[in-house]
Amino acid sequence: MKITTEMVDYISVLSRLKLPQEEKEKMTGELEQIIAYMDTLNALDTSGVEPMSHVFPVKNVLREDQVVPSFDRAELLKNAPKADEEAFLVPKTVE
Amino acid sequence: MNEILNLTALQLGEAIRKGEVSPVEAARAALERIEATKSDNAFVALTAQAALQRAEEVGKKIAAGELTGPLAGVPLGIKDNICTRGVSTTCASKILTGFEPPYDATLVEKLNALGAVSLGKLNMDEFAMGSTTETSFYGPTHNPWDAGRVPGGSSGGAAAAVAARSCWYAIGSDTGGSIRQPAAYCGVTGIKPTYGTVSRYGLIAYASSLDQMGPLARDAADCAAVLDAVMGKDPRDGTSLDVPAGNLLAGLTGDVRGMKIGIPADCFGDGLDPEVKKSVLAVADVLRARGAEIVEFTFPVMEYVVPTYYIIAAAEASSNLSRFDGVKYGWRAEGYEDLTDLYNRTRTEGFGSEVKRRILLGTFVLSSGYYDAYYKKALQVKGLIKNAFDDAFGKCDLMLTPVAPTTAPKMGESLSDPLQMYLSDIYTVSVNLAGLPGLSMPCGFDSKGMPIGAQLIGPALGEAKVLNAAHAFQLDTDYHKQSPVGKEAR
Repeated sequence: MKITTEMVDYISVLSRLKLPQEEKEKMTGELEQIIAYMDTLNALDTSGVEPMSHVFPVKNVLREDQVVPSFDRAELLKNAPKADEEAFLVPKTVE
Repeated sequence: MNEILNLTALQLGEAIRKGEVSPVEAARAALERIEATKSDNAFVALTAQAALQRAEEVGKKIAAGELTGPLAGVPLGIKDNICTRGVSTTCASKILTGFEPPYDATLVEKLNALGAVSLGKLNMDEFAMGSTTETSFYGPTHNPWDAGRVPGGSSGGAAAAVAARSCWYAIGSDTGGSIRQPAAYCGVTGIKPTYGTVSRYGLIAYASSLDQMGPLARDAADCAAVLDAVMGKDPRDGTSLDVPAGNLLAGLTGDVRGMKIGIPADCFGDGLDPEVKKSVLAVADVLRARGAEIVEFTFPVMEYVVPTYYIIAAAEASSNLSRFDGVKYGWRAEGYEDLTDLYNRTRTEGFGSEVKRRILLGTFVLSSGYYDAYYKKALQVKGLIKNAFDDAFGKCDLMLTPVAPTTAPKMGESLSDPLQMYLSDIYTVSVNLAGLPGLSMPCGFDSKGMPIGAQLIGPALGEAKVLNAAHAFQLDTDYHKQSPVGKEAR
């Protein structure tokens, strides 16, 4: 399958990445090569095969709701690149 | 080099309990060794002062009879994608620079409760994406057997540190072979246990349906002791299994009489280095001499395992890594104009190219119009791969395969061709897709003197069998006792 720079632009927007032109061109070629290899799966007839997301029959793991203390806010905010005493700081998004 | 560095983790634990060696002496010896092998670049963060202080406390508790476990006081290293409270945890990525988790991974909590002494954090491929430890933001780790070669990856720092005798055991993670392949390249023993047996709480996710943590150590008995300590149901990991854990060490008898060892012919065909093939098949001879039976069969899914793995792993990675946005933790780019620009700049400059490649690939296979052709298709093939393993375990108790097609490649050879690097994961990725236990153990050396690894694969929850077969092999061979110490030109 042909991968174009327009497709890479589109998935870059979805991925929140903005590759410089040179990196984008290199990536386009590499992705095309890798995706062509992934097309080997097309040789396999999978009609009627259920997609398997989890190998063990573990689903809907539920527990009783319990009230427990959450993490200390100050300790969590310590890891943020920018924060004040009570919140993460980012550029203004709404006027 | 201090003689105690040559002990296994269990031997050191015993010496500590008998009072022959103190945890402080052990930690000091390891720290000196780490300093002497600094050029390997196995550690990305060393917590020397904390380790000595911790060793002191643990020593007192052992003397007081409060800690009696087989690994109490034995120093270890922890891969840099496993959360350690207050200690830098970066996944060897620029984007997590400065991140100090506010909590310990469940596995770390469990080890600490039994008297573990951590020396620091180990180098890895960025976000565990890579097979050579060359994609680390902190520079590559070198193979202690030959500094011009890679240690494998992604747990390359862990394998190199254990091989170089810088720590007695290490905790790695394995999404597609990241414990087993570096263990093979560095001549140590490592096991990825059954998916769900070790809680993933606190393991920074790469591909959640495949990720699993496990030990790299000097031999199978040490691996069994570590798994005994860390396995078990954890309410904080919804995928963790509620099954009996422990007793792996106690079950190591070396008795493999009547055990059926399966040799899948498709794992020994084209593309496998003849020296690797010969050494791996020789494992069957050793086990046969101990009374195991060898059965051969076909395993007709091998050509599909790598594409299936990379589609699923990349898809999950693209979702998991969306949390790294320069807002909540780690590094933030400068010069942004608005919030979207902040995300774009931080992620573009903060992630290395292999990580970006997999995020883009994963976004592509999940995107509208391609989802059915790639992601859904891969989940269907995953079902077929699981069926192939079910068939195989109808014919045998364990499977014996190579870990990697060759021994450790030279530095710089793999990164230029990402697809070629992916293909080298052919023998390990299927084990993650099927959630099975897989162990890698040293089984020989090639003509260049580099270690060769053999893989034993068990059915789900078959850790006891896998470890016992490896233990049996190690009772009769001494490949696992070889070390690169003295071999390196330093």
